[in-house]
Amino acid sequence: MQLDDLYRRVIMDHYKNPRNRGKLEGEAITIDLNNPSCGDKISLQMAVEDGRVKDAKFEGEGCSISLSSASMMTDAVKGKTIEEALQMAENFSGLMKGEEAEFDYEDIEALSGVNKFPARIKCATLAWNAMRKGIEKSGK
Amino acid sequence: MKASELRRHFPILDQEINGHPLVYLDSAATSQKPVAVIEALKHYYQWENANVHRGVHTLGSRATDAYEGARETVAAFLNARSTEEIIFTRGTTTAINLVAQSYAQSVCREGDEIVITPLEHHSNLIPWQQVAKRTGATLKYIPLQPDGSIRLEDVEATITERTKMVAVVYVSNVMAVVNPVKQIAEIAHRHGAKILVDGAQSTPHLKVDVQELDCDFYAFSGHKMCGPTGIGALYGKKELLENMEPIEFGGEMIDHVGLYESTWKDLPWRFEGGTPIIAGAVGLGAAIRFLEEIGLDAIDRHEKELTAYAMERMSKIDDLVIYGPKEERAGLITFNLGDIHPHDVATVLDAEGVAVRAGHHCCQPLMRWLNVSATARASFYLYNTEEDVDRLVAALLKTKEYFGYAAG
Repeated sequence: MQLDDLYRRVIMDHYKNPRNRGKLEGEAITIDLNNPSCGDKISLQMAVEDGRVKDAKFEGEGCSISLSSASMMTDAVKGKTIEEALQMAENFSGLMKGEEAEFDYEDIEALSGVNKFPARIKCATLAWNAMRKGIEKSGK
Repeated sequence: MKASELRRHFPILDQEINGHPLVYLDSAATSQKPVAVIEALKHYYQWENANVHRGVHTLGSRATDAYEGARETVAAFLNARSTEEIIFTRGTTTAINLVAQSYAQSVCREGDEIVITPLEHHSNLIPWQQVAKRTGATLKYIPLQPDGSIRLEDVEATITERTKMVAVVYVSNVMAVVNPVKQIAEIAHRHGAKILVDGAQSTPHLKVDVQELDCDFYAFSGHKMCGPTGIGALYGKKELLENMEPIEFGGEMIDHVGLYESTWKDLPWRFEGGTPIIAGAVGLGAAIRFLEEIGLDAIDRHEKELTAYAMERMSKIDDLVIYGPKEERAGLITFNLGDIHPHDVATVLDAEGVAVRAGHHCCQPLMRWLNVSATARASFYLYNTEEDVDRLVAALLKTKEYFGYAAG
């Protein structure tokens, strides 16, 4: 068990300098999700227009893994169609199971080490579950 | 007692985790099991297993003797007046829910009060929220001091003539405070209220005497005190239990069954519907004998010494915040290390072989009171040593260094 598998520089960078942290202006879908077993929480906002995710921002409390994952997810999902976003969430859960998955947003691959730390997978998937729920909520 | 010698009773401790000898500091979540308990379970299943209270055959008698023998052990351990006052349950949570649903729900009316504290584990909070919702009673909280302790004058101010039920934790699983439950019971009784004590974190560590505490109900779990999971008990004063209705119907709790009406067995079986956790009770009995052989006073003393040593060493770590009182605390230390999230702390400690808890510890209102989303917690038991504390401290220093480096 190598800690550096988990805490890659790119993860720490997203943790210390999160992208898309804050609230969206204007109309947005808001999803509040928490991880009841550990207290982490995320409030994700997404603006979905014409079948595309126009913008996404998040606020929340959590560990380096959950917050860096939220930072990467919100960045990666912007401009994607709903189908592409859902596919990305699918790929991400594959990544957590140790499967190979490619992302056009390369930072996400830094989270592949989380699959060696089963207790932390829930941290990494929180934001992605919120995104999935948000798309369901948008009814598209 | 010497913890280093006691360790040989716990084979699980003798292993490496991630290349380091295991340091287990999560006993407040669940304790490890001594060979005596593991062997008792094995012996029961190998030589005595049968259903209880109904078999005419020899094994049925052996199983019944083993199960009821365990009840006698529990009754003596808590100093209950009789075995009728000991109801086996799945654990503390089930025991508290039984009192909430069977007792409190039938005595509380609109305008009545139920008094608890912000220290309560979810298991001793949500059942009372539910009773309040269903009956129209009001849920009131005894306020806390900044270190998490309770002042008796605040107890006096919170409990009134309207209070029907007081439910309070004996030892907090987060703040490590030991509540003055005897005095709280006296105040509750003076106002005509009944008191339940959540003994999940006290029973494993200090001598409990339910008659001396004069509590009406006392709940605890076996798995935090060297016993198996899935077994615990509710102590209740006989005169109260006698007037309570069961909440689980069927199997073992039945006396006479008619097509439309049935009657229940006597205490304590009235509250033990279905086939009970027989092996669990046997294992709990063995755990109590094991603890009594070492002596609860000796365990208490050992944990106090170890906690004082840990407090002294940990308070020297820069940026480490310890929650709860500085002194007069039970054998656990809840903390945060700078702005490093407790999950990250726990993962680095685990990589060093040190097992601690991280999260909200099933005390979300208390986390909000502390103004944190989560904390880390190291909890000690009879098998922990100063060397374990040294390893914890070294791993915490490494965590700081690692996150300093990784973030750089």
